[in-house]
Amino acid sequence: MWCRPLQSVLRTGLTPVTRSWKAKVRACRFAKSESVKGQSGELPTPPPASRPGCRVSAELIEHLERLALVDFRNQEGVERLHKAVEFAGQLRAVDTDGVAPMESVLEDRCLYLRTDNVVEGNCVEDLLQNSQQTVEDYFVAPPGAGMRGILLRHAEEVGFSVDGFNFSWGNISLPKLSEQDPVTPS
Amino acid sequence: MAAPMLQWARAGRCWLLGPCPRRMILLFAEPGPGRVRGQSSAAAQEPRPGAQEWAAVVGLEIHVQISSNSKLFSGSQVTFLAPPNSLVSFFDASLPGTLPVLNRRCVEAAVMTGLALNCTVNKKSLFDRKHYFYADLPAGYQITQQRRPIAINGSLTYSLGVGALWSPSATKTVRIKQIQLEQDSGKSLHDDMRSQTLIDLNRAGVGLMEVVMEPDMSCGDEAATAVKELQLILRALGTSQANMAEGQLRVDANVSVHHPGEPLGVRTEVKNLNSIRFLAKAIDYEIQRQIKELENGGKILNETRAFDEKLGCTVSMRDKEGKQDYRFMPEPNLPPLILYDTESLPMGADPQQVVNIDRIRESLPELPSVTRERLVEQYGILPEHSFALLNEDGLLEFFQNVMKETRAEPKKVIGWILSTFLGYLKQRNLAVSESPVSPSSLAELLSLLDDKVISQPAAQQVFEELWQNQGKSPGQIVQEKKLELLHQQEELEEICQAVLDQHPQEVMAVKKGNHKVVNKLIGLARRATLGRADPVKIKQILEKQLQ
Repeated sequence: MWCRPLQSVLRTGLTPVTRSWKAKVRACRFAKSESVKGQSGELPTPPPASRPGCRVSAELIEHLERLALVDFRNQEGVERLHKAVEFAGQLRAVDTDGVAPMESVLEDRCLYLRTDNVVEGNCVEDLLQNSQQTVEDYFVAPPGAGMRGILLRHAEEVGFSVDGFNFSWGNISLPKLSEQDPVTPS
Repeated sequence: MAAPMLQWARAGRCWLLGPCPRRMILLFAEPGPGRVRGQSSAAAQEPRPGAQEWAAVVGLEIHVQISSNSKLFSGSQVTFLAPPNSLVSFFDASLPGTLPVLNRRCVEAAVMTGLALNCTVNKKSLFDRKHYFYADLPAGYQITQQRRPIAINGSLTYSLGVGALWSPSATKTVRIKQIQLEQDSGKSLHDDMRSQTLIDLNRAGVGLMEVVMEPDMSCGDEAATAVKELQLILRALGTSQANMAEGQLRVDANVSVHHPGEPLGVRTEVKNLNSIRFLAKAIDYEIQRQIKELENGGKILNETRAFDEKLGCTVSMRDKEGKQDYRFMPEPNLPPLILYDTESLPMGADPQQVVNIDRIRESLPELPSVTRERLVEQYGILPEHSFALLNEDGLLEFFQNVMKETRAEPKKVIGWILSTFLGYLKQRNLAVSESPVSPSSLAELLSLLDDKVISQPAAQQVFEELWQNQGKSPGQIVQEKKLELLHQQEELEEICQAVLDQHPQEVMAVKKGNHKVVNKLIGLARRATLGRADPVKIKQILEKQLQ
């Protein structure tokens, strides 16, 4: 009940800029991912920006699924995504001109520097307990489908359930494992 | 910055001011200009009528493993060859609840390297996460410095010609775009038999410095020289052993070609380069391949290619249907890294928690370029000799130890070390540290030679004996084999006279004007003295006696 006066204060306190925040929300865009250094290579073409109204295009959904290993699975999932984006869009109500972004709440803390001593390691048995399959103290990652297995497991950790059949394996371009490392102990 | 012309497209050469000197190629022990399979010799001989010139542009991304006791963000050990997964902490295995803690030594190493490469050290640098999925990256992201690296805008100067074409001014500079701290990934081993991939995380989390060089180089030799110079600098600083064979230094090359005056062409990335020799070969091959492709009307794809050592060519590794989207984000668990200099040092700060750039700059060891100049000044040797001394690991120390114990002239010592000593090492594929001849032995031998106790050929003999390493000193060998020079004038004169008496026909021939026979007499006299006489003296005596 005490929040009602607060709400009215907030509403009346809206500046001309923020009154149009709903319009801003509709025009929200996804931040481009930065690609690193280089000569004129082809820059990654960002997926097409969403149209006003925060409708997310199908290509963007696919792109996100590939990158973050999530499965939106059905229209309900996509709807939830839209709502989430709209909710986050309220941030644009704040005028941040001339204010440097804060990337971490730790920005005023001193970064602790550790002395260069060996204090950890030597716990192979403990670590291997976490792996379903091990071979002579190595973790096992079966290639191809097995790689997918790792990805599936990772996605599960993150909280999304992934159905192997819905998972579009073919779209992922990952380096061929056999050519990854030339310097390997036999 | 105008890229030099590549006028005649020929494998293994870069035409800058003139032909690339052969000796430079020999420096990398390259077995002559490589014949690369798949290249038509027709395309390589002459510029076709109407064909435009091509300029190649090469940029390098070099990953250097920092020489430290523990890893970048965890306290597990850094060492080569250990039982699988034995050097892995919970953080390295990215178990939930673990956090990164930055290693002070790695920060100092990066600052030292940045200062040695004339970089501006950023007093505030930030850490980011670079996301991609791969079996040897347990966390699913790599902690790196993408937004603000620890050092930017440096330069590395390397020399162009060697040998006859050497001159102190024949140097080239490549700009260093940035140096950043990042984590190494683990290793994946492919087990073909059971069709599995085995993951070893010993290397995961080791501190790396990524040195990004701008595309200022134009051929394989230039890139190889630059990398070689970087290796020497890193070893002199002690920040890394920079051993390519052990994976402590990994180089990826970005190669593109274009016509001078036109914008840069599409670049390809060449990976899997295990040695400096292959680096040069791979880059040259890739330049050729791109030129040929474009001249035949094809297009260059922006792809990653691996270098196949056996075939001597690059092969496409994967098709990139669009570049990887790494979704960079600030690392939330690490505040900004603040470095200080003497001015900005906060009062009463814990010295363990503070990295002072000025202090590090003062304690920088002597860099290779400075060492070379100092050697030339100190010992009066030629610049290419000092270059050669630094090129071989441990050779400089060997030379200095020999110089300490002998009175012989530096030039003579250098001659022995660079030709005889190094020759023996190379023939048997040994490192300086494995040499059976110690600096003191060589010093003693050279002193004997200098004092004219033995002749040059005798010295060679003694050296051969020393190499057998039977524990005898040069002096002992000389005595045993009776290699001392005969100095007594009368003895020599007697022997020479005897030779003349035994060969009256030759004496007659000389007196008649045939001087070539004198050489035969000298040879006979030398044999009579069992090689123990100074050839010059013999010649003098004979000539006197023949008059």
